[in-house]
Amino acid sequence: MRILMFGWEFPPHISGGLGTACFGLTKGLAKHGVNVIFVVPRAYGDEDEQAVRLVNASDVTFDLEDKEYKEFWSRVKYMEIGTNIIPYVAPEDFEKVVEKNKKTSQEFTSNVFSRRYQFSGKYGTNLMEEVSRYALIASAVAQKEEYDVIHAHDWLTYPAGIAAKKASGKPLVVHIHATEFDRTGENYNEIVYGIEKEGMEAADMVIAVSNLTRNTVIKRYGINPDKVVTVYNAVEPVKSNETQTLKKNVKEKVVTFLGRITYQKGPEYFIEAAYKILQKDRNIRFVMAGSGDLLHKMIERVAALKIADRFHFTGFLKGDDVNHMFALSDVFVMPSVSEPFGIVPLEAMRIHVPVVISKQSGVSEILRHALKIDFWDVDAMADSIYGLCNYDALSETFKKYGKEEVENLKWENAAFNVKMVYETVFP
Amino acid sequence: MKSICLYFQVHQPYRLQTYRFFDIGINHDYYDEFANSSIMQRVAQKCYLPMNRLLLDLIKEYGSAFKVSFSISGMALEQFESCAPDALKSFQELAKTGNVEFLAETYAHSLSALSDKEEFMRQVKMHAQKVEELFGQKPTTFRNTELIYSDDIGATVAGMGFDVMLTEGAKHVLGWRSPNMMYTNAINPNLKLLLKNFRLSDDIAFRFSNQGWNEWPLTTDKFTQWLNELDKKDEVVNLFMDYETFGEHQWEETGIFDFMAALPGAIYKNTDLKFATPKELGKQLQPVAPVHVPYPISWADEERDITAWLGNDLQNEAFDKLNALSSKVKHINNPSIQRDWLYLQTSDHFYYMSTKWFSDGDVHKYFNPYGNPYDAFINYMNVLSDFIIRVENEGVDVDEELKDIKEAVSSMSEKAEKAVKKAAKKVKETLEKGKELNFDDIKDMSDSAIKKLLKEIDIETLTGALKDTKEDLAERIIPNLSTKARKEYDKLEKELKKVKKSDIRKYRKMVEDKLNELFGK
Repeated sequence: MRILMFGWEFPPHISGGLGTACFGLTKGLAKHGVNVIFVVPRAYGDEDEQAVRLVNASDVTFDLEDKEYKEFWSRVKYMEIGTNIIPYVAPEDFEKVVEKNKKTSQEFTSNVFSRRYQFSGKYGTNLMEEVSRYALIASAVAQKEEYDVIHAHDWLTYPAGIAAKKASGKPLVVHIHATEFDRTGENYNEIVYGIEKEGMEAADMVIAVSNLTRNTVIKRYGINPDKVVTVYNAVEPVKSNETQTLKKNVKEKVVTFLGRITYQKGPEYFIEAAYKILQKDRNIRFVMAGSGDLLHKMIERVAALKIADRFHFTGFLKGDDVNHMFALSDVFVMPSVSEPFGIVPLEAMRIHVPVVISKQSGVSEILRHALKIDFWDVDAMADSIYGLCNYDALSETFKKYGKEEVENLKWENAAFNVKMVYETVFP
Repeated sequence: MKSICLYFQVHQPYRLQTYRFFDIGINHDYYDEFANSSIMQRVAQKCYLPMNRLLLDLIKEYGSAFKVSFSISGMALEQFESCAPDALKSFQELAKTGNVEFLAETYAHSLSALSDKEEFMRQVKMHAQKVEELFGQKPTTFRNTELIYSDDIGATVAGMGFDVMLTEGAKHVLGWRSPNMMYTNAINPNLKLLLKNFRLSDDIAFRFSNQGWNEWPLTTDKFTQWLNELDKKDEVVNLFMDYETFGEHQWEETGIFDFMAALPGAIYKNTDLKFATPKELGKQLQPVAPVHVPYPISWADEERDITAWLGNDLQNEAFDKLNALSSKVKHINNPSIQRDWLYLQTSDHFYYMSTKWFSDGDVHKYFNPYGNPYDAFINYMNVLSDFIIRVENEGVDVDEELKDIKEAVSSMSEKAEKAVKKAAKKVKETLEKGKELNFDDIKDMSDSAIKKLLKEIDIETLTGALKDTKEDLAERIIPNLSTKARKEYDKLEKELKKVKKSDIRKYRKMVEDKLNELFGK
């Protein structure tokens, strides 16, 4: 079986969990004899291609006068970039984004139809332009390549998935890693919502990463429950260099939040819980690792609560620094307001870090060895953190059984379930 | 005749390197050595060396008629010593001319005046001493970091023996009054105040190269004309500015050096003003009135207040956490902790965290190594967190503490031993005197002596003798009884309800006889 897969990012060039999940899934699929052609907006040449063949959309050229593309383009309406549409943009880039936004739509069209187009592959300035161009290229790639099923990850690639399906007539599977509601709450962007809904409706099957997300798909997007299937994510087995025990730099217990500092991740609840604990126990340090549009607000809150000598910020961490951070942590907390799945606690557990996770996360549906709290219940969060820091019996149990549990969540198994979905549309 | 007073501020902070959470507890090297030395060398080349040369030439040309004053922070002086010794040498040459006054300030260019009087005074003394060492003059004029001043700060400075202090001629403090006169501190009139004429100072320091300014270009003719237009009653024009104005804030290409080279000549030619140093003005001028400054002012921004350093939660938190260490650091005799304690107090660190930066433009951006105030805060707090750990570790050196306890215990036991020996000696002496011992003397005897006595006395006699005795005597004797004797005694004591006084005396006599037989002569 051959799959034409569309994804916005691929390791090592990732800004969130999406690229990691795509990579794990394609590796798992390879074990089940499924070949994947993976189309990214921009390839850098250093991606791991052991399980996939990577197609770089930036390398695909067009005949400008081709009527088919013009026709396709006429159906893609001009989409304005609003503030909520780019939830992943770093705060320092935001000003630039708004500035660039003033571009005219004419310029926009001519850019999309240029012969060659260099994608940034990021979540920045001209995201909508890139999404549209990516869809154009998808229809070209769809006619050129040989495959059985089209698989598109998240809304950025749904226009591409739809275009490919139209060009080839092959079945389409869309994969929901996050919905617009997870990213922005109720202030959702109508255009993004529209693209998501269109993708789900056009799809033959929809894969959701948790029952939480599956319910959102059914209730908020009105999708027929029969074609929505839950397939949980998994986590890569731990590499030997990750297990090295690092010398801790501080004598206090370290409690870590690691993720984008955005509304969706609930960073302010973590700070309030930290404040409560520090009133009672000064032998704990808190770390907020990551960047995002709420970072500055969070720093101001910590300063106003006068806990900055026990609450530290690291900025955005990547690669080894993430493992380094886990290795220094005694407790990992994921207080997400809305988390379709949430792969980071699994990464913490596999190197023996006990976790506290919100019940509003998909991963809480499958984990047993994690303390689960409501994201808004700051008291319960404080209790759980305090307990894991002070009662060794509790933390030892979580360390031991948590690791075992995570090691059983294999991409191979997740990929098997995805393959089953392919088989329902391509018997 | 009016005077004109030039004062230049020289300061460079020890900027921090990027210091991450992972460095806390491990890396105690906080400073960006490369940035600090390259900035110091650049500014020396572009400003300190050429401007010092220019001033030296003016002094040679005009002799004692041309005078200037400097305040050079301890942070800048240390960096001169390590990265730009030639710049330091050229300041020393200026000092030798006798036309240049060096002022005192806080060594670390700190905000300690706002938080910690004791630390403030310590740093001022430290700086005055450094100035005396390097320039051979003992400062008598004081200027605080960023010209920060209040009645209380002035009173402290007066108490330290300074005659003159410089500060800002802030409008909201002066009201209708002119900054061009000498005032005094509101609490202690012995301290004279010279106030910055911010309009004329900033014409040079900030507006000189601003082509949007309607007076641009500024010429010496125009400037001396403004000096002539001052009120007749005005006595002094205080031009206070950062020394980096020359060649750094205002590049050489703007003509700033030519302007300054020509200014003294133009002043002699066009006006009747004479140059004076703050110290001279303190002696020459008669103060007109006290000036009341209940809340601190500074020379910064439109508001002339301290909000550029302590105006938001980030700055207040960092400043409070730093100052909380003061009492501990005082008792730590570790040179690297003492050094970092100073370097971390430099006001620039707090300036970088200012959120006014977004609106208040260029001056705040200058020399700021951070992209935004939040990065500045994170980096500073990471460094401070490591520093706090070091300070706390100094406080609880377990080995040292154990040694102290052991010493205390052994000295206590020595003392106890001595006391016991002394007491035993006393008893022995008493006993050896050979005087007639009586029943009450038993209480001064040692336990072993009492035991010896008790062996010789039957319990009935003892019980009788002890009837109605003073409690302290019974307490000495009864515990010395053997278990068996004790039981007998208890039993007898209960039975022996009432004893005649004569009988008691008889029993006591028997005990006394025995006593004298054993221990008497």
